[in-house]
Order: sequence, then C-alpha cells, then structure tokens
Amino acid sequence: MQISIRQLSKSYGSVAALNAIDLDIASGELLALLGPSGSGKTTLLRAIAGLEPINGGRIQFGDIDATELSVQERRVGFVFQHYALFKHMSVLDNITFGLRVRKRKYRPAREEIRRRGEELLKLVQLGGLEARYPNQLSGGQRQRVALARALAIEPRVLLLDEPFGALDAKVRKELRVWLRQLHDETGYTTVFVTHDQEEALELADRVVVMNAGSIEQVDTPEAILRRPATRFVAEFVERDAAGHYTAAHPPHPRTVHERVAHAVRVG
Amino acid sequence: MGTIAIPHLTRAPSRRRAMPGFGLTLGFTLSYLSLIVLIPLAALAFNAAGLGVGGIWKVLNTSQVINALKLSFGGALVAAAINAVFGSLIAWTFVRYDFPGKRALQAMIDLPFALPTAVAGIALTALYSVPTVPSPAQGWLGVPLEALGVKVAYTQLGVIVAMTFISLPFVVRTLEPVLEQIDRQYEEAAATLGATRWQAVSRIVFPALQPALLTGTALAFARAVGEYGSIIFIAGNLPNLTQIAPLLIAINLDQHEIGAATAIAAAMLALSFAILFAINLLQAWVRRSERKSA
Repeated sequence: MQISIRQLSKSYGSVAALNAIDLDIASGELLALLGPSGSGKTTLLRAIAGLEPINGGRIQFGDIDATELSVQERRVGFVFQHYALFKHMSVLDNITFGLRVRKRKYRPAREEIRRRGEELLKLVQLGGLEARYPNQLSGGQRQRVALARALAIEPRVLLLDEPFGALDAKVRKELRVWLRQLHDETGYTTVFVTHDQEEALELADRVVVMNAGSIEQVDTPEAILRRPATRFVAEFVERDAAGHYTAAHPPHPRTVHERVAHAVRVG
Repeated sequence: MGTIAIPHLTRAPSRRRAMPGFGLTLGFTLSYLSLIVLIPLAALAFNAAGLGVGGIWKVLNTSQVINALKLSFGGALVAAAINAVFGSLIAWTFVRYDFPGKRALQAMIDLPFALPTAVAGIALTALYSVPTVPSPAQGWLGVPLEALGVKVAYTQLGVIVAMTFISLPFVVRTLEPVLEQIDRQYEEAAATLGATRWQAVSRIVFPALQPALLTGTALAFARAVGEYGSIIFIAGNLPNLTQIAPLLIAINLDQHEIGAATAIAAAMLALSFAILFAINLLQAWVRRSERKSA
C-alpha cells in the first residue's frame, strides 16, 4: 500500500523530534530510514504505526486517512528491535495472536488459524518449531517469529525497527539477504530503521537519510553514494579510496580486482 | 608437559563443584532454620502430641473454637482476595502513572507494615465505632455507615476490615517490581496486532504478573491469619461471633490452660501449612503450564 506523509511534526516539550516531514512511499517498496541515533528515524516509524502521538501533519495509507486511526485500526505489522515476543506463549500462539484477538465476526475458525500459523512458520523457514517457546529460540529465529507474527494480520505496511540490531554479524548478513528475498516474494510495502549505512544501502530500494528530525535526502542507494545532497549525507555514507564505507561497519568484501578497478576510476 | 597433566587426570574431577562453599552454606542454612523455625514448631507439635488425639479433638470440637478458626481463616481469605484485586490496582497505578504526591502515597502503603498493630486497631475502632456520646474524634466512618445500615465495629466485617488493612502492603510490594520489569513494548506489540487495551492487559500483562500475584496474596493471607493486635480492638471479641483463633489461644494461656492453647495453636499451624502448601502446588502448576522458563 502506498503511504504518504505530509508535514508530520513531533516534539518532546521544546525539543523537536520531527520537523515537518514530507515523505512518499511507493506500494511494494523496501525503504530504509537511515540516520544516527537521535535523528528521529525511530520516532517517524512509530508515528506511522500510531504508537507515537504526533503534534501535526497527516499520514495517508492509500486512500485512507490514517492520521486519526488508532494503532489497532491502522493494521501495521511492527517488528520491535528486541522482538517483544510473548514469553508465556508458544511460537504458534505468538504468530496467531493477531488472529485470535479479532472480534468473533472476523475471527477465522480455530483450524484455519492453526493452518495459517503453520503456513507462516514455513514461510519464515521455521516449520516444526510451533510448540517451542521464545526462550528456546536463537536470536535469528526469534526475529523471524516476530516477522511472521506481524505478517499474520496481513498488514497494510510492514515496519521494522532496527531489525538486525540485536544480532551478531554473521546472522545479520544471512537475515539481510533472506529479508530481501521475503520482501520480493510477499510484496509488502516495507519500512525499516537502521543506523548502519551499509545495511541501508545494500538492502533498500530507496534510502531516507535523516538528521536532527529532518530528512536530508531521499534517493536510491546509487544516487546517495554518487550524489549526496548535503554535506551531512556525504559524510555519513563516505567511503575511502578502496571502496570501504568509513564508518564502523565494513561493507561486503570486494575482490582485489574490483578494488583496483575502483581505485583506478577514482584516481 | 605430559607429566604436568597427570595429577589432574588422577584426581576425581566430579568431587569438585563449580560453586565453592556449598557445604558451609548448606550447613549454616540447616542449623539456622532448625534454630529459628523447626525447633519452636517441633516443640509445639511435641506439646500437642502430649494431649493425644482424643485430647486435641476434645478441645477443638467446641463451637467456640470451630467458629474462631472459621473466622480467622475465612476472614483472612476474604481479606487476601480483596487485596489481590485492589492491591493490583494500586501497584498498577504506582508503576504506570506519574502524579503529584505519588512518593508520599507510596510511603503510606508501608504504614500498615510499620505501625504497631495495636495502634492500627485503636485507630480503626475509633473510626468505625459509633460513639454513645457524640464525639468529634470518633465515628467518622462508623456514623455514616450506620446510617446506611452497615455496622463495622464489633462485627465480623470489622475483623475483615482490620485484616485487609494490615495485609495490603504484601500484594502491592510484591507486584511493583514485577510490573516494572514488564516492558511497554509487549503491550505495544499486542496493540499493533489488533488487541484492545483489555485484551493486552488480560492476555499479556496478567499472565506475566500471575506468579507474583499469587505470592503476594499468599503472604497477605498468612499475615491476616496470624493477625491479633489490631483485630482484638475492633472485633469486640464475642465468643462464636467475632472471636478470632489467636485471641482464643491468648485467653487460654491467661487461664493457664496450656493444653487447650497448644491444641488450638497446633490446629492453626496445620491449617496454615495445608493452605500454604496448596498455594505452592498451585504456583508450581501455573509455572508448569507456562512451561520451561529456564
């Protein structure tokens, strides 16, 4: 579903967290919100979900004005940074929670709920683990359960808060590839928050670079790397001569060939 | 190198524990528990045994004793149930909301703990009794309640009021730290999945609170069963009606009826043990149904 955000503002007391944000997200797009901590990216994500009350502006889901809708009515799939899986429920019960709390009129039959839960488990490659409890799963498995739980409600949009933040480097890489594949298979409009520029640039169709509550640039990864719109963007995604992003996280390993070719081009 | 390894191989590794000091701490724990808990209880059981089953039964099988035991345990159950509901509400309010005067109110919760029980009893009696001569310091609640047809002082209701008062802190204080541990994200997650506020609380928050609630309620119950000081002022202590079991023990001791006092005490001990044991079983069952938390 297409999402448009107009003049969205949010402040905590006198501190502005979001300054009149305008943003259009295309249907089926995979969009990254990239920025340092405190840039307002998580606040923006939570505002889209309805978890954060806003001071002004409008949020539109397709033809629906979502600004005044409650969290429940917005029907967004939200994956929390630490997953927020319900500890006292089995994996299957976690995934089907969104179906089981529906009003009787809209609630599928018990067998249908179970069938859909198992189907989603297979989709996230955890078939057979339905009876496990969250504390019996690895970090990567929990993350996928959280994703399946969010998908179960057939959300209008999928929102992920630092989806790989709590995972170690190796699992992070694998899940990144997998998430991209899942997105391409299911076609949900997806927005994810990250402070890791490599993650944003590799995974997303378009990247929104945020700083101090404002959007600095919205563009494809290519364009952001080649034509940074502001000094902030340039510095945030800067690479060294060998093609490495200079911030804490190294990019995907390049072959010596590529590096030399790049160095020659730059040189 | 090999020669260094040999002594390690020859020593039986299973005798060493990862956590040292087990023998010492266990020894201390057992001696301490014996001294403080087991020996007094054993003395009580020993004395009661001296009466013989027939002797104990003779003491217990009087309407006065049976009614007193019923009142002590029944009243404590009611008081614990009341506190389970309203104590949860208070704990919820304290943890989830900020409001002016919160800290003062929070300190007040502990007052029933800290107050000498006789003071509580006298205060409650003054509040709820209906003075024969109009008095500015008495009957603030008693007079209007009497007008509504509710008598509190010198009735079984008064006993329950006193029990509720003194056992409130147990539920509140047991729940607070557990509630603080429950991250708001769980409720937010439930909301994004379409759960109403009530569904989020009943299906997500409450199951997480349940063990602590059970513990707090059990503590409140135990405290109310044993309560003596505050109740005897407000109860009026009419035999068969508002006389609690601990008071009956005290009366018997006063009259040098050590045997009768012992028999009632043994009955209270057995009943308390049975109820706390049942609560523990319930707790274990709840935990098992939540399964494999480790």
